[in-house]
Amino acid sequence: MYITPDGEEIFIIDGHVHLWDASKENLKNVHGQQFIDCFYAYHKNLSPKEYLWAKDKFDKYGDEVMYDDLFVSGYDDMAICQPTYLTDFYKNGFNTTESNYVLKKKYPHRFLVNGAFDPRDGEAGLDRLTELSELYKIQGVKLYTAEWRGDSKGYKLSDPGVYRFLERCEQLGIKNVHVHKGPTILPLNRDAFDVADVDDVATSFQNLNFIVEHCGLPRLDDFCWIATQETNVYGGLAVVLPFIHTRPQYFAHVISELLFWVGEDKILYGSDYGIWSPKWLIEKFMAFELPESVSKETGVQLSLSVKKKILGLNAARLYDIDIDAQKALLEETYRPLAVLS
Amino acid sequence: MSSIARIAPVSSVSPTSAEERAARVWACLALVIDPELDESVTALGFVTAVEVDADGATRIAFRLPTYWCAANFSFLMADDLRLAAASLPWVTKVSVALDEHMYGAEISAGVSEGLSFQQCFGDEATDDLAELRLTFLIKAFERRQEALLSLMLARGHTAEALLIMSVQELTTLDDSDEAVARLVARYVERRFVIGANAVEPTRTADMARLAFVDKHERPLEPSTIGKYLRELRRVGVNAEFNSALCRGLLAVRYGAVPEDASDSNGESNSDSRHGAMDEASRPEEGQRVRFIPTNTYREMMSLKTRHG
Repeated sequence: MYITPDGEEIFIIDGHVHLWDASKENLKNVHGQQFIDCFYAYHKNLSPKEYLWAKDKFDKYGDEVMYDDLFVSGYDDMAICQPTYLTDFYKNGFNTTESNYVLKKKYPHRFLVNGAFDPRDGEAGLDRLTELSELYKIQGVKLYTAEWRGDSKGYKLSDPGVYRFLERCEQLGIKNVHVHKGPTILPLNRDAFDVADVDDVATSFQNLNFIVEHCGLPRLDDFCWIATQETNVYGGLAVVLPFIHTRPQYFAHVISELLFWVGEDKILYGSDYGIWSPKWLIEKFMAFELPESVSKETGVQLSLSVKKKILGLNAARLYDIDIDAQKALLEETYRPLAVLS
Repeated sequence: MSSIARIAPVSSVSPTSAEERAARVWACLALVIDPELDESVTALGFVTAVEVDADGATRIAFRLPTYWCAANFSFLMADDLRLAAASLPWVTKVSVALDEHMYGAEISAGVSEGLSFQQCFGDEATDDLAELRLTFLIKAFERRQEALLSLMLARGHTAEALLIMSVQELTTLDDSDEAVARLVARYVERRFVIGANAVEPTRTADMARLAFVDKHERPLEPSTIGKYLRELRRVGVNAEFNSALCRGLLAVRYGAVPEDASDSNGESNSDSRHGAMDEASRPEEGQRVRFIPTNTYREMMSLKTRHG
């Protein structure tokens, strides 16, 4: 919960967090090492100095540190775990629904746990998706189209196999599809961050919501175009938001473009924890004002009511979260702790 | 290739000292750009070592901000490095080594043997990289145009006057402002990415063409110039994010990298978008408008004929 100087409470739903294990024991090969090293470079590059972690903490921080960073020292009220399996790189996977569920069991009112599917798994993958739905009551999936699987180095949402999985999602009531647009996908000469395949499936599956994580950066122009065409495409601010510290002017441009094209009802806050921590992200975001020249040019505002939507109301709508009920629940559950402190 | 443009005439005789040979190769490599960032790969700190033997055999080592940098861009830069070095007549065999990259071995071997992207990756690549190269040349054109037009409008030039100007008039404009002169130079370097005149382009005819056109070489309208520039700005914002991120990631991975040279070209300075870029503009001494040499230009045009 963030409380403004005027005493207004802002309920914060973090749309993108991870509980990963990149410890030496879990590494399968050099790719796993390079993957976590790359994450760490993002962390080190964009975090304020006082929030930098040592590498060994970054490799495996564990559920207690995570709980503290999100909800005790951080301002998050709830968080959505987005899995990234990477089973070709890590023995037990990098950040799986199963391992995320440890958090959910321990802190049931704090976490939502999403699932994942990979169309290359075929029939067995469909069964697994049904199983995830039954076991963990998932309301969303995170798709990592750049995931390596044997000789295959990724897939596209427009590949024929994907449709069966999205149909299964519709049947199971899994309505939020988070799509990571990340490094290289096949064929190799495709633009690495191409978001065109999202356009394709968003048109075909009007009942599903497609949340493009990282807003397709660096292809902001392409993403804005797609999001304008499709009413069920959303933008996730993971990776976008940390630029607020190192490059506030650029952040101003990006957020103003997103507000103009995608709109204030379709942008979702996500910390991308453990790459970045909610404490500083939220403090900077709440203090942030669009430069007058930018708001004048684009005609958009980043007012308190817009910030509230981005930080919680939009995610609450997608995930059917009743914020007042949730507030009461959290207060009840954690009152003893508050008294102790 | 455009990315190895602006190479001055060179002696065909190999310098006797190894240092001098390497220095000449470095000077050529400085003209290779990262297509996505529209910046020199040497300024970005990507090239780490150059060795040239007495017989002209050249070895170039380079690195990228992450292990995962896209294969297509990585290959393209590696191949441009090879071509840039090979443009020196006394350079014989060129090998390029890309270190610590998921496809480092494949790209190093492929480029050193002069293979195409598709030959190098087979079924994983569906065609060669000419189109990608052109796409990013056009983005660079738009980004440079936006920076120049925004600045000139902010400095009191009218859209009506600017938008009927020829390239000749733009390059001989009586404007003592060094920031404008620098952005004019950078813009004109990319102006002829647009507009096919494939058969026999001549300098005189080119100079008479409109200075400011959209990417389909249509004239721009004064009444809608504000909207047009705003659309172009999104291209610039992408490049800025990339540039900031790539430099930062490279610095974390390998330690210090060169200063952000892009701040001096006006396009990466966000203030320039709102007409206050004086502090960021540091025109280089003796900067003049230069054209892409004819052979490079022809190569680009044939590229467009094939892919445009």
